[in-house]
Amino acid sequence: MTDTSVSTDSTQRRDQQEPILNVTGLKTYFFTRAGEVRAVDGVDLSLKPGEIVGLVGESGSGKSVTSMSILQLVSDPGKIVAGEVMFDGQRLDKMSKRQMRNIRGDRISMIFQQPNASLNPVFRAGEQIAEVYAAHTALKKAVRNERAVEMLEKVGIPDPASRAKAYPHELSGGMAQRVMIAMALASKPDVLIADEPTTALDVTIQAQILDLMVSMRDELGTAILLITHDLGVVAETADRVAVMYAGQIVEESPTNELFADPQHPYTQGLIGSIPMPGERRERLTVIPGRVPNLVDMPPGCRFAPRCEARIAHNLTKCTEVEPDLLQISPGRKVRCWLFEEPDPTADGAS
Amino acid sequence: MSDPLLEVTDLVKTYAVSGGGFRSKGGLVRAVDGVSLTIERGETLGLVGESGCGKSTLGRAILRLEDPDRGTIRFDGQDITNLSTKEMRPLRAKMQLIFQDPFSSLDPRTTVGGSIAEGLRVQGLDPDQRAKRVNEMLELVGLESYHARRFPHEFSGGQRQRVGIARALAVNPSFLVLDEPVSALDVSIQSQILNLLKDLQVELGLTMLFIAHNLGVVEHLCDRISVMYLGRIAETSSRNDLFDSCVHPYTQALMSAIPVLDPTRRKDRVILEGDVPSPLNPPSGCRFHPRCPVANTTSCVSEQPPLVSVGSAHEAACHVRAPKEADWGRVRT
Repeated sequence: MTDTSVSTDSTQRRDQQEPILNVTGLKTYFFTRAGEVRAVDGVDLSLKPGEIVGLVGESGSGKSVTSMSILQLVSDPGKIVAGEVMFDGQRLDKMSKRQMRNIRGDRISMIFQQPNASLNPVFRAGEQIAEVYAAHTALKKAVRNERAVEMLEKVGIPDPASRAKAYPHELSGGMAQRVMIAMALASKPDVLIADEPTTALDVTIQAQILDLMVSMRDELGTAILLITHDLGVVAETADRVAVMYAGQIVEESPTNELFADPQHPYTQGLIGSIPMPGERRERLTVIPGRVPNLVDMPPGCRFAPRCEARIAHNLTKCTEVEPDLLQISPGRKVRCWLFEEPDPTADGAS
Repeated sequence: MSDPLLEVTDLVKTYAVSGGGFRSKGGLVRAVDGVSLTIERGETLGLVGESGCGKSTLGRAILRLEDPDRGTIRFDGQDITNLSTKEMRPLRAKMQLIFQDPFSSLDPRTTVGGSIAEGLRVQGLDPDQRAKRVNEMLELVGLESYHARRFPHEFSGGQRQRVGIARALAVNPSFLVLDEPVSALDVSIQSQILNLLKDLQVELGLTMLFIAHNLGVVEHLCDRISVMYLGRIAETSSRNDLFDSCVHPYTQALMSAIPVLDPTRRKDRVILEGDVPSPLNPPSGCRFHPRCPVANTTSCVSEQPPLVSVGSAHEAACHVRAPKEADWGRVRT
């Protein structure tokens, strides 16, 4: 794993830096026959150089749509209806398709859940990496191929020269994901968006890939947006975590603090519901009910229908007014009425 | 006191595969290669391993959904290894399977009530009795009786898995094989299903074989756990022993590869190198030796290690950590 002293240093340095990627007020809706699906509904997210931010949520929480929106890859019937995506001082949402193409795969790159499905089956692994240099640099072909082999070596593929000649079907899932990472990092991007990069892999291979991603970050200084449903993956790798629920971020916090002391009732439920080996709990925490229909969102807080804390604290506001993402301490934000400062003009009933 | 409901001895299941190319010859995949295990009445055995280790094949072979090549399966005192399809039929109600994917394991054109009642119809219950039993089952798994008239597409993943459980339990089985029953579900739903299974386990005194790749999930429900690697059992022990004092280097690596929910514990991990080898061409000797951090004897490369007892109800197959004749107090450090 990474040396902690190094990462603390870089964390402090990072605090003073401007974010490389800044998303504000992002709303992406899908206009379907069933109605308006508010997949992403007001997301603010920032990523500093060299930082790993985990975006966690269950299926349908809007985490993947958020990443597609950042890359301007939302297609019909989806549409970004509001918000700004700033990348290194430029508005990505105002760019032409051609400008965006130059940025994607060069300064912002991505890896996906199914490495074998993301690689082109009719080209050799090395050729696909060399293509990145062909698209974004003026290097000669021999140099491009050489660089491709170097990248394969960097991502820990044994015997890289011969593996460069392999077709995707000849690679195991773990190997294919390494090739994807090599391809994504070939251009030394500022930002890597990794959408469930280890979900399709076995745990022992997942450990290898996560380790690789962290060491590549340390080496290249690439900021990583790590999208996953697995809180364990986030705990292992991320510096900061944003938890999504029904299209919104409900809690944002440095990783250590989130796991030591989760604040939002949903985050608490989520952490409590994961069985961990060696723990021997008789019963797991259960979040009653299920994720709301994105077409027909409950009024007020979206988590209110499943929230037990609301009942315990006898809050009535939750089902009526939507809470904002409130800052509760430096770097920590929670979208929950439990954290509202008492209003001096109120009569104390709420 | 031993009263096994299921005894599997030296089970082997191979598949013939084509070579893929036009000229290349196919081979034999030894998906399950000499597995022995027993499950006591009322006990839940967890079977853990990574993809391709043969855990699902073993589960299916035990239910005689696959015909084993070698070995014996004894269920409730009866040798069922070579029973014909017809002879198996009366036993089917006693051994049921719950599948991983609640989206494909239910017939989309049959109501949920119809799916649950199907096994009861085979057993010869009349429509009134069937309807009554369906209602009982729906209630048991936390659904409502009106759900019986609905179709699978109207249900969420967690609810479908409840239906799958209701269907399996409707015929009153004494033995249940659960093949990755919660892997396709979101964590908050997964915990609901795990709690339900735990309740049913206590309430109905079920004997279960719980197949999963997730050690955390297995630990939650199982009394004993077997770890499989490439068709063979690497280690079997009680759940407490496995988590406190596992012996096999593969079990240890598997355990330390699981991401923990505590960011302050990030550093202490054993990361295995390399991939799981192809079962078509497994390594010689101990199948784990090419990735093994402790392999140091020549027998690791040349000889398959047998499962050796390393404590009470604790067995491991490893030349280094579980040599055949050893003083256990000294070797296990």
